[in-house]
Amino acid sequence: MYEFNYHRPGTLEAAAAALAAAEDGQVLAGGQTLIPTLKQRLASPSDVVDLGSIAGLDGVRREGESIVVGAMTRHADVASSPEVQAAIPALASLAEGIGDPQVRNCGTIGGSIANADPAADYPAAVVGLGASIRTDRRTIAGDDFFTGLFETALEEGEIIVSVSFPIPRRAAYAKFPNPASRYAIVGVMAAETSGGVRVAVTGAGDRVFRVGAMEAALAGSFSADALAGASVSADGLNEDIHAGADYRAHLVGVMARRAVAAAAG
Amino acid sequence: MAESGIGASVPRTEDQRFLTGSGDYTDDTTFPHQTHAAFVRSTHPHASFTLDTTAAASAPGVVTVLTGADLAADEIGTLICGWQVTGKDGEPHKAPPHPVLAVDTVRHVGDAIAIVVAESARAARDAAEQVEVSYAPLPAVVSMRDALADGAPQIHSDAPGNLCYDWEIGDRAATDDAFARAHHVARLDLVNNRLIPNAMEPRSAIGDFNPASGDYTLRLTSQNPHIHRLVLAAFIQIAPEHKLHVIAPDVGGGFGSKIFIYQEETAVLWAAGKIGRPVKWTADRSESFVADAHGRDHESHVELALDADGRFLGLKVSTLANMGAYLSTFASCVPSYLYGTLLQGQYTTEAIYCEVKAVFTNTTPVDALRGAGRPEATYVVERIVDQAAREMGIDAAELRRRNFIPADAFPYPTKVALEYDSGNYRLALDRALEIADYGDFAARREASSARGRLRGIGLSAYIEACGIAPSQVVGSLGAGVGLWESGGIRFNPTGNVLVYTGSHSHGQGHETTFAQLVSDYLGVPFESVEVVHGDTEKTPFGMGTYGSRSLAVGGSALVKAMDKIIAKGRKIAAFTLEASEEDIEFSGGDFAVAGTDRSMNIAEVAFSAYVPHNYPLDELEPGLEETGFYDPANFTFPAGTHVCEVEVDPETGTTEIVNWVAVDDFGNVVNPMIVEGQVHGGVAHGVGQALLEGCAYDADGQLLTGSFMDYTMPRADDLPDMTVETTCTPCPHNPLGVKGCGEAGAIAAPAAVMNAITDALGTNAIDMPATPQAVWRALSE
Repeated sequence: MYEFNYHRPGTLEAAAAALAAAEDGQVLAGGQTLIPTLKQRLASPSDVVDLGSIAGLDGVRREGESIVVGAMTRHADVASSPEVQAAIPALASLAEGIGDPQVRNCGTIGGSIANADPAADYPAAVVGLGASIRTDRRTIAGDDFFTGLFETALEEGEIIVSVSFPIPRRAAYAKFPNPASRYAIVGVMAAETSGGVRVAVTGAGDRVFRVGAMEAALAGSFSADALAGASVSADGLNEDIHAGADYRAHLVGVMARRAVAAAAG
Repeated sequence: MAESGIGASVPRTEDQRFLTGSGDYTDDTTFPHQTHAAFVRSTHPHASFTLDTTAAASAPGVVTVLTGADLAADEIGTLICGWQVTGKDGEPHKAPPHPVLAVDTVRHVGDAIAIVVAESARAARDAAEQVEVSYAPLPAVVSMRDALADGAPQIHSDAPGNLCYDWEIGDRAATDDAFARAHHVARLDLVNNRLIPNAMEPRSAIGDFNPASGDYTLRLTSQNPHIHRLVLAAFIQIAPEHKLHVIAPDVGGGFGSKIFIYQEETAVLWAAGKIGRPVKWTADRSESFVADAHGRDHESHVELALDADGRFLGLKVSTLANMGAYLSTFASCVPSYLYGTLLQGQYTTEAIYCEVKAVFTNTTPVDALRGAGRPEATYVVERIVDQAAREMGIDAAELRRRNFIPADAFPYPTKVALEYDSGNYRLALDRALEIADYGDFAARREASSARGRLRGIGLSAYIEACGIAPSQVVGSLGAGVGLWESGGIRFNPTGNVLVYTGSHSHGQGHETTFAQLVSDYLGVPFESVEVVHGDTEKTPFGMGTYGSRSLAVGGSALVKAMDKIIAKGRKIAAFTLEASEEDIEFSGGDFAVAGTDRSMNIAEVAFSAYVPHNYPLDELEPGLEETGFYDPANFTFPAGTHVCEVEVDPETGTTEIVNWVAVDDFGNVVNPMIVEGQVHGGVAHGVGQALLEGCAYDADGQLLTGSFMDYTMPRADDLPDMTVETTCTPCPHNPLGVKGCGEAGAIAAPAAVMNAITDALGTNAIDMPATPQAVWRALSE
């Protein structure tokens, strides 16, 4: 780890000020990506701004027909939240499947989506459930949030405050984990929402993406059978030693059918 | 059976400190005035280079920056290979120089170039980044076939064609003849995947030098501290043996990887001498991936000739074995004498021929890893047996029964230079099949099929040669060392016992097992026995632990020492009890005069030995302390059958192991719980190899699996519940009748898993690790 200036502000305003003043500031939420990256000397921010002391950034609450998850809420707390389990069990089970117990008890939803790892689980929930992201400056639609590989719509110094998930009629998340890292090789969130059917895929591309053809097929009949034969093109999908693009494309179909079957069942 | 004696499942004494964070590990230790080292490592698989250390040397906190040129100036030797294998041509293997720090040329990613010593670990690492290395890349060879190709880039000028050796064993003519008579020939091409050891504790070392006395100390992670001392003294010549104290107390796993004398530990010791202060280095996990010797990495073609009844007439094996960029400490013997000699398996195969080409590539050196050669041999034999069974339409268990060496045929001379000492292979197979409900498999397969799953069952009737090894045998085969073991027994005046062993415990539980042995044999309370190991100034010269040898060889050495203790105790008792020595009987810790009620407990004998107020000193020496050295008459041959049952999800390619049965013959067992744990761990290792672990380099020689994000270590949820049982044909040639258990699971498991998977898939077109993607591709073809 290289040296950096460490800040632990008590308010969002102070955090924003510290970031604005920093030459190359970096937000620290749960630290599950940042800390290993720093330890391996793969990043050298001038300043690290730890959000851990800002009151009100964590916790889960129901607001009307939405579940609002504070940015600093740990995965374990989402997984075990009675509100989430009752309203969006797919979100609870997604959180339960992230990493391992240590990761789930440190990692946060805000940190995860701000990092925008193409193989992270939460992006599938944000896009698949049609969530919106509230920051210290504005609200961003989930569909517009992930803009590329490790890239988001967040502006310089912008801090996520919470994520609001509209409660779907039904939804499920099916994940095929990387055997080594347990990130998603392919993870599919399939949801029937008030705004229509959504199928969001993480792990397979450079960012989470929706599969329009599958959504259209499911709009007619929300059943696994409706997806028989449905697949995605392997063009442009990720390739690594664990999964070639063709295998990922195949898994998108399998996981989509399993997600729909689980949601419909 | 006593509660703590031989045969009792005594909880491990050492676990209290291991599980409460109180272990005594190298990295926990701080020497006064200690400095810290960081290594500059090659980022290229093959390159010539020049160095500029000026900026690093003047960086904050830096004490010194040392390079290969400094080593040469000090006339420090290069790393050695301790086993010289002779090839088909009668020539010794090629062992090109392996510099402690690379000079002019690097040959694999991670090859150490310079050591930076500073006041803190961070300062050392900061400064290491300031060492300017100018690389001129050279063409690299990553795969063995590329390395052997005509015109391939040469890694070492003194190893033409990148060939380390071309070795053979067995009878080629007899084997050709057997194939000419064959009714059926089964053929397979097999890859035994390269593994990265990943012991829980990374390698660590602290070198120290006392300028006043000239004494060196090396505290490190070692499976064999005396071998480290010997090699560093006699070959690398940093310090004479009597001036070098090597300490390796608690060590967090080795699996072979901490046998070897590496660049880093050597450099740390030498650097300490240069600066006259302690120098500490602990590998981070990223370094472990590129700098710990890897394991396995074979490509083999195997053919089995059978007669019409399925009897094995001949076995032909041709293997390429990857040595990596340099010949590591015992690398040469692994794919030769620890491999080709085990191709008899459990069978009466009439003729065997094996040839092995050992090949240099621009990859991390490869050496012994849990099983070392024997997993590779079992994999070849057990895969081809299953293949033959399928092709001939004979049940896989039945084909094995037809070919087993019968229980009454021991000692059994093999066609590949060994003599099996004892065994009952059919007994273990039949028991394993009974537990696994082999007969009812078809119904279970049917039920899986109804759920859209493919079910398969696989057997692995493995054998290994353990208790390494008779010095005379290994010496004649090229080993540079003897492979006996030492043991010492010291009674204290108050009657408790210090046990000194030359074996080394790095997780195996010797403190418990050896204490049970001594407690049982000498009749002293288990709690009164303390086992001491891992320190060259405490224990007699010892050979260390690997090859499942600790109990068979180290335990037998303790028996020799204890026999001397009893003999001396008999003299002391005879004198004290005023009886003749012949009339003294020793049993349960008491020396008694036969036919009388007069006796002395061994604790009283010990006290007397240290308070010899009235001893006839010309006949009886004071003290009660003895040392024994044991050189085994033969290897031991643990064997057994493992049964693996899998269910494959054809949609995703995921394999689930749904049942595991292990029936192993380890001879006599001292602590059944520890033995069961060793089997569990070994099976985990073997399942890891079969399903998960695959070291991968890209075509340019960069390690793709350089962290746990990409290198899949087995986790608890990857492993099945296991049923572990033992059978027992005692080893006839060591006093304990024990055989060794530490590697069995790792040897047996890969073939069991892959036989089950190929049974489930109905295709052989899959290699280890059988990842979901690999299974899916095999099914797609």
